[in-house]
Amino acid sequence: MAGRNITKKIGALKFSVLSPTEIRKMSATKVITADTYDDDGFPITMGLMDQRLSVIEPGLRCKTCGLKVGKDKCPGHFGHIDLAMPVIHVGFVKTIRNSLRATCRKCGRILLSDKELEEYRKTIIKNSSEGRDNAYMFKMIISSATKTDACPRCGAISGKIDLDKPTSFRENGKKLTPTEIREWLEKIPDEDLPLLDINVHSARPEWMVLTVLPVPPVTVRPSVTLETGERSEDDLTHKLVDVIRINQRLQENRDAGAPQLIVEDLWELLQYHVTTYLDNQTSGIPPARHRSGRPLKTLAQRLKGKEGRFRSNLSGKRVNFSARTVISPDPNLSINEIGVPAEIARELTIPVRVTTQNLEWCKNLIKQTAQGEKPGDNYRPHVNYVKRYREGVEQRMKVTEKNSDDISEKLELGFIIERQLMDGDIALFNRQPSLHRMSMMAHRVKVMPNRSFRFNLSVCPPYNADFDGDEMNLHVLQGEEAKAEAEILMKVQENLMSPRFGGIIIGGLHDHISGCFLLTYQDKTFSKEKTSEILATFKYKGKFPEIHEENGESVVYGKDIFSVLLPKNLNIEYKAKACFHCEVCKAAECPNGAYVIVKNGKLKQGIVDENSIGAFKGRIVERIIRDHGTTAGRMFIDDVTRLGIAVVTVIGFTTSIDDEDIPTEAKRQIEEGLQKAQNKINTLVAAYEHGELESLPGRSLEETLEMEIMRVTGRARDMAGEIASKYLGLNNSAVIMAKSGARGSMLNLSQMCGCVGQQAVRGERISRGYKYRTLPHFKKGDLGASAKGFVANSYKSGLNPTEYFFHSMGGREGLVDTAVRTSRSGYMQRRLVNALEDLKVESDGTVRHTGGEIIQFRYGEDGVDPTRSTAGKAVDLDRIIYDVKQEE
Amino acid sequence: MAKPVPKKNRTQKKVEKKKPVKLAKPKIIPVKTKKQVVKTIAKSKALKPTKKLQKVETALEKKKPVEKKTKKVTTASEKKIEKKKEPERTFLPPPIKTVEEPKEYKMIRAEINKLRKNHFLPISIIDGIVERAARDKKLEAKLKYIVEKSLEEYAKNLIDPTEACGIIGAQSIGEPGTQMTMRTFHYAGVAEINVTLGLPRLIEIVDARSSPSTPMMNIYLRDEYRVNPDLAKEIANKIEITRLTDVADIEMDLVNITISIKPNKKTMEKKGIAINELLGRVQSVRKLSAKIEKETVKVTLDEPGYKILQNTNETLKNLKIKGIDGIKRVIIRKEPNEGYVIYSEGSNLKEVLDIEGVDPYRTTTNDIHAIARELGIEAARNMIIHEANATLSEQGLNVDMRHIMLVADVMTADGTVRAIGRHGVSGEKSSVLSRAAFEITVNHLLLASQRGESDELNGVAENIIVGQPVNLGTGAIELVMNTRKPKQKGK
Repeated sequence: MAGRNITKKIGALKFSVLSPTEIRKMSATKVITADTYDDDGFPITMGLMDQRLSVIEPGLRCKTCGLKVGKDKCPGHFGHIDLAMPVIHVGFVKTIRNSLRATCRKCGRILLSDKELEEYRKTIIKNSSEGRDNAYMFKMIISSATKTDACPRCGAISGKIDLDKPTSFRENGKKLTPTEIREWLEKIPDEDLPLLDINVHSARPEWMVLTVLPVPPVTVRPSVTLETGERSEDDLTHKLVDVIRINQRLQENRDAGAPQLIVEDLWELLQYHVTTYLDNQTSGIPPARHRSGRPLKTLAQRLKGKEGRFRSNLSGKRVNFSARTVISPDPNLSINEIGVPAEIARELTIPVRVTTQNLEWCKNLIKQTAQGEKPGDNYRPHVNYVKRYREGVEQRMKVTEKNSDDISEKLELGFIIERQLMDGDIALFNRQPSLHRMSMMAHRVKVMPNRSFRFNLSVCPPYNADFDGDEMNLHVLQGEEAKAEAEILMKVQENLMSPRFGGIIIGGLHDHISGCFLLTYQDKTFSKEKTSEILATFKYKGKFPEIHEENGESVVYGKDIFSVLLPKNLNIEYKAKACFHCEVCKAAECPNGAYVIVKNGKLKQGIVDENSIGAFKGRIVERIIRDHGTTAGRMFIDDVTRLGIAVVTVIGFTTSIDDEDIPTEAKRQIEEGLQKAQNKINTLVAAYEHGELESLPGRSLEETLEMEIMRVTGRARDMAGEIASKYLGLNNSAVIMAKSGARGSMLNLSQMCGCVGQQAVRGERISRGYKYRTLPHFKKGDLGASAKGFVANSYKSGLNPTEYFFHSMGGREGLVDTAVRTSRSGYMQRRLVNALEDLKVESDGTVRHTGGEIIQFRYGEDGVDPTRSTAGKAVDLDRIIYDVKQEE
Repeated sequence: MAKPVPKKNRTQKKVEKKKPVKLAKPKIIPVKTKKQVVKTIAKSKALKPTKKLQKVETALEKKKPVEKKTKKVTTASEKKIEKKKEPERTFLPPPIKTVEEPKEYKMIRAEINKLRKNHFLPISIIDGIVERAARDKKLEAKLKYIVEKSLEEYAKNLIDPTEACGIIGAQSIGEPGTQMTMRTFHYAGVAEINVTLGLPRLIEIVDARSSPSTPMMNIYLRDEYRVNPDLAKEIANKIEITRLTDVADIEMDLVNITISIKPNKKTMEKKGIAINELLGRVQSVRKLSAKIEKETVKVTLDEPGYKILQNTNETLKNLKIKGIDGIKRVIIRKEPNEGYVIYSEGSNLKEVLDIEGVDPYRTTTNDIHAIARELGIEAARNMIIHEANATLSEQGLNVDMRHIMLVADVMTADGTVRAIGRHGVSGEKSSVLSRAAFEITVNHLLLASQRGESDELNGVAENIIVGQPVNLGTGAIELVMNTRKPKQKGK
């Protein structure tokens, strides 16, 4: 925005270890007092809250830079603590250990001959120039140097270095003090450091033994004032207090010439405090605790993990101009739109720069603010703020009812008004978990009454949303580039095709499919009036479909009504969902009407169902998107869904418990079949008990029996389903839904009216519970069907208590499964994204890492975008050839 | 700013002029099933590197001129194979049979190649046209239209430069994960063998575990072996591990401190083991002597003692008589159009391939590391693709091959099989911030400071952390419009 035209780009970040001199140099003050505030509540000089380490109270000025906390942004200044005795830095213990083991205690050189060193040096340089990992080389250097007994240069005998976790070292069993270690490390010459994986320009091994401790600025560890006026300090401050206190005592004792033992104890204590200050989860030492018993959150804990600085604050950021509320469906909205509650629209704003073109409009908008809101009024956007820049300084005025006229008058070119959301604005809509890019799409705003976000039902699948209380987020775009990009790339209509498999993911659902099925099934006709009624729902403006005379009545064929939506040049043939999968497909002569033929935009024959318009499968929708673009596709989906609903409304469509009624004859047949299965199981069990059962290769007898019984019960359920479906015809709403793919399956139906079937836990019949039996209702060792979880009843006839219990067991397994699965697959996806996020297709068609490393020479071996592919194929040959044949 | 990527104007013609750039890895040869070809290469290298390879290439030259791209990946896989010392084989793997294309196919193919005029079309598409045109004579006349239309559509369907294909791929594989079953065991094809499927298997593949939780092999047979049930059975016996307890009863004689092994005639015959063979195996155990007495094997200890007797008894029980280590069970099945195929529970690719009668070109295992060791990194890549795709499609999930390929290529890009995760790809990233943001934050930061690493902020995670636009998609384009005319600058 204005006044901030220069955007600086960070080129690189370099990491290095702070040297003691550097710590002192950047320090604003030495900290010597363990206290924070004096009795008047004023920060003590040279204490932990010294005002030179920046300030936290608003209004106060930092004594180092003179800036305030709020607007001026004092960055904060470090202080330092001079440690009386050096201590080891926990994070570098491993490096210190390796350095001690690999170098001579006398001359500080690596315990290898010059020749060997030179060789290692060469390989390391070669490896890094080739971009290879050197970790193995360093390991080799350290292990071979450790094995050397005497220094090849000065002949000094090297001892055995042991590390007592976490921070103390022993040489041949004798303790090495940090002072000694530091002296030793100082001796290591610069030229040997690269061989120990230390960069001379960024670190020296002796810096890993701390002599000075940096004190972070107050802004990093702000204290909170409670309502009672009490001050509550940050965990870091607490820890620093401990360090300073012990440091002081150590110094006093040492200066006073206290016994060695006491000094050593205090030194150890200082080491403990510094260690826990850096990382409070170091294994081997108890974590430092707060008075309440809660472990302190020190430096490492602040960075680590999901709630740490990195993942919580740096990789994820909080935003303004966003809203969240419950979602609900609205079939009258286009799939591109989103209904935003007026209450939210009044809160979210879009910056608009005042120009000559829009000056009057802006003034008007501001004036509207004064008119306020009356119940029953149409929503009109107001202006919340007016901003202007004077000499680079931003001035922001709130527009109220009182001052709106005034501001409106004063409005000049170059001002920026923050206007409320209005119809047609573009906004991002998102539902978590955001598993793929379609979880965040751009919608056109439509401001509406009431308090929920509303959108078209067809958009549920990409968001994986339902309306059982789901909430979703809305983000309003602020910049022109962002708006343009969202419009071109993120709008719902641009995301109709899924990049996952090159098919549509937005299409008709449930009632839309039932409706189109009813419309096109057999030769359904509608009267002229009904036809108009249906066509009116999607504001059809074209020619009225052909009217036929039948039995003295003028009627319109359902197929003709559907054809109204199809583009004139559409030619396609495919099998409908209702296909019976006959052995030999008669194609155009399909007796079930399941072979769809569209010629020149007219539905000649076939049923329109899930395979035509459904999400994931709709062939017609897919073809329209490919041939006529996304706008046509969006309009088709909008219209076809409305058409479906209109048909369902006109014809009437309902399902209830009597859809599961089957004649007594069917019931008898099912019972008979189940009895047969029962008998078969009994014979199997008997055969097993008499040892007559023959086992399958590589299986035990028990396993064979189980497999056989599972097969019998499975078949019994299928049999019940077959009998039931024989008596349930396409005049049954539930069957219509199952066959057209609108909802449910024939399996669901057969479980409702035939037989529920075998319940399984871990893929086996239910076997656990009591000793040798599942429930005390059965005999011990009973291997029969009902004792092991076979439910012979249907959901409609009702389950008996044992069946109900077994059914619940199966159900519970499913629930546990889902719970475990979500976390496991979530983690897998996180890892996948992390591993692949840096890949991009370059202009030359290769796939490279952002570092430049080539992963593929041509994306996907053919360079085709999966989104644009036809079910993965680069070119839809079948279609081209079909078109060729059509032309003849 | 150093830009390693050559910026080429990506017009259609330019790409085409380069001639078909072949695939991501070295000598991948089109047309044939990938698995076959890759194995061929690996095998031929192991035997006689140069000569065989030429043969393979010439064999395929007929189909299409193959653009050879040598990459540094080759060195890694080549080295691996060459340094391995092949034990003397008793037989040579059979030569590959290249199926001659029918003459009319060849003619159509030549016609298409003429029609496309150096414009690139994927081989699968050309194959598709050839096949369809051969089936339907009428189409031959329309070939020109079909090829032109295909070229047009192909050009339209190309992926956009700067597309974040990695993220899309990761999402496309990760998102269906929520719809997969957790059930570990399922029956795949062969009802008798349990195989890990669903989400656990997918995680296993992505993790590049050193051995799968349910190793399994599909062992295809050659020529007469696959039609003759007895020969197939013989191979199965050679493969399946047979322990002493499986074929004999072992009895301890506590009085004489001996062990007598009574072979079960029937099973011995079934497994094709002669008693002398058994004796030989028993004698190979240390500190005992054995001899045959009336069809039983008597074992006497060199140093008698009850404790030793007990221990020897245990070792004898588990003694391997025949078979290959790691293969617990085999099942022979007759497959249509194929003949006998051996399915095994447990896997040991190296030794199975050494058995005569096993078809080394088609035999597979689900142990990806074993494939990488024995057949090279290219084969491992293909197996990752195959296994991941099989796992996903078994669950009825439709995921584009290109996404799976990308994951497989990332895992194998440096010549070794790397896991997706902190011990593999993510842990070896060059960016400090990206690594720190993923896992084990503190250690990465400390190590980076010690090494004086610098983060060039090229990747996604780094740029998000510092609050800059990411270098992908629209963020990769540096195009700025100067909104002010230079004159009005003073205003």
